[in-house]
Amino acid sequence: MIEIRFHGRGGQGAVTAAALLAKAAGYDNKFSQGFPAFGVERRGAPVKAFTRISDDIITIRSQIYKPDYLIILDPSLSGLDEVKEGLKPDTVIIVNGEIDASGFEQKIYSYDATSLALKVLGKDIVNTAMLGMFAKATGLVSLESIQKAIGDIFGGKAGELNMELVKRVYDETGSNEAKEANDKETEG
Amino acid sequence: MEKKEKKGKNVVEVAQAVAEAVKLCEPGVIPVYPITPQTHVSETLAKMEADGDLSGEMIRVESEQSAISACIGAQATGVRAYTATSSQGLALMHEILFIVSGMRLPVVMTVVNRSLSAPLSIWNDQQDSISQRDTGWIQLHVEDGQEAFDTQVQAFKIAQETRLPVMVCLDGFVLSHVYEPVEFLTREQVKKFVPDYKPEVSLNPTKPVSMGTLGTPEYYIQFRKQLQDAIKQSRETITKVNREFASAFGRSYGNGLIETINLKGKKHALISIGSVAGTARKLIEKENIGLIKIKSLRPFPADDIAKACEDLESVGVIEKDISLGGNGAIYDEVKAALYKLEKRPKVSGFIAGIGGRDINLNDMEAVLKKIKSGKEGTEWVM
Repeated sequence: MIEIRFHGRGGQGAVTAAALLAKAAGYDNKFSQGFPAFGVERRGAPVKAFTRISDDIITIRSQIYKPDYLIILDPSLSGLDEVKEGLKPDTVIIVNGEIDASGFEQKIYSYDATSLALKVLGKDIVNTAMLGMFAKATGLVSLESIQKAIGDIFGGKAGELNMELVKRVYDETGSNEAKEANDKETEG
Repeated sequence: MEKKEKKGKNVVEVAQAVAEAVKLCEPGVIPVYPITPQTHVSETLAKMEADGDLSGEMIRVESEQSAISACIGAQATGVRAYTATSSQGLALMHEILFIVSGMRLPVVMTVVNRSLSAPLSIWNDQQDSISQRDTGWIQLHVEDGQEAFDTQVQAFKIAQETRLPVMVCLDGFVLSHVYEPVEFLTREQVKKFVPDYKPEVSLNPTKPVSMGTLGTPEYYIQFRKQLQDAIKQSRETITKVNREFASAFGRSYGNGLIETINLKGKKHALISIGSVAGTARKLIEKENIGLIKIKSLRPFPADDIAKACEDLESVGVIEKDISLGGNGAIYDEVKAALYKLEKRPKVSGFIAGIGGRDINLNDMEAVLKKIKSGKEGTEWVM
């Protein structure tokens, strides 16, 4: 089972991203779970959401404390204790924009999704873009399934634009170049 | 795990799956008042109505007390009535819940479980529905999204066959707000499984009747006894519907009242209700312990629980409620159920997950180890 934890700010769509990823994994015929850290939503406040993906049925109902993947929608959150909590040496971090990597021993994939989102959507909403990065970096979910899930949740023009954004992020982020960024310390 | 065909899984939010099941059962009237975390059920139904997918009519009422009262009026005219609520909303319905069951109206309600104020908490525990256990409603609790969908469909059938109202309870957020795979049934499948609702008596201006009238001391106690007999007997209908569902769609949940998992040959077992069973499933094999999942809180399956426990040395009840000044409500009922056994297992109680406190694997592991130690009494997991 793969456990993914999202960190964003209220209004950035981290909760939707967790749901989209669960839906996409379902389209890839995997078992999945996507859910928020249930709170009282406030715009701008730190938000957590979770996705589990597995080849077997998932029954566990607790939150995710030791994520295999960490997806950070807003780099300014990266210093928070709750973001660093439970990271394993082999946790893979996927972040929008640059973060101070000195605080982390883990492999980090970073990409300026905000700039591309502004170009494609006209808004700085990066939740779907992050899924494009995740798909490319990990190969755990297919681009087609993410696009299909986006089509389910966003209707019309928003759906089309987000599908385009995901595709462009997927094409423009290489799993290779990201690997090169910290090749020295990677082992798994 | 066998490979499924390539078409993929239907991953939906569990609250939306519940709304889909309700839609397929075609209630004629759906009066609701919004309250977190039930809201995703009624929002989805409202969207279905706006899209023209809902055969019934929603009523925007001014309170939960009105919602359940409108259900009485609607159901009495001879259509299915459905509502959904949580927490304070259910508490506000309390007075009317007795009237629904007393009038033998098979209203169906989803309770998305949430704690009660004060202090204000929107998060999950099961204090709301467990506090309503004396109101004469059948009360079914579910573990996951698929069971929520399936039980919601079964509830309409159980209700109309027993002429008793049914509450389907699912943990708020922890289950209701989770996206996970749920297989839907089609409208045709559900239509065949849940026959048309044709009550023997209904309100009709051309043939007037009175319902829910005065019960003088000569009669009132007989009504109460009949209601108790009806709920006791409803276990037969619940188990029958569970079997029928299994033969129609290939899914069943224990005998419909309780489900035992990994219990054979075990000396110890965890007894749970609702979604927490899922977290336990991961650990019971490792700890060599069995699991008894209570699905039906009312009728309370005391005989089934006693039978499941007759060879055990110890059992522990984990529950998300507290009967203040007493114990966990289910702990006390389990103990009473076991009293008739000649060799009774030790019983421990665990009050956990109150007000949305996450029950993680470490908590669950500690609970299982304590059950195995055979120590009695109640502990709080916090």
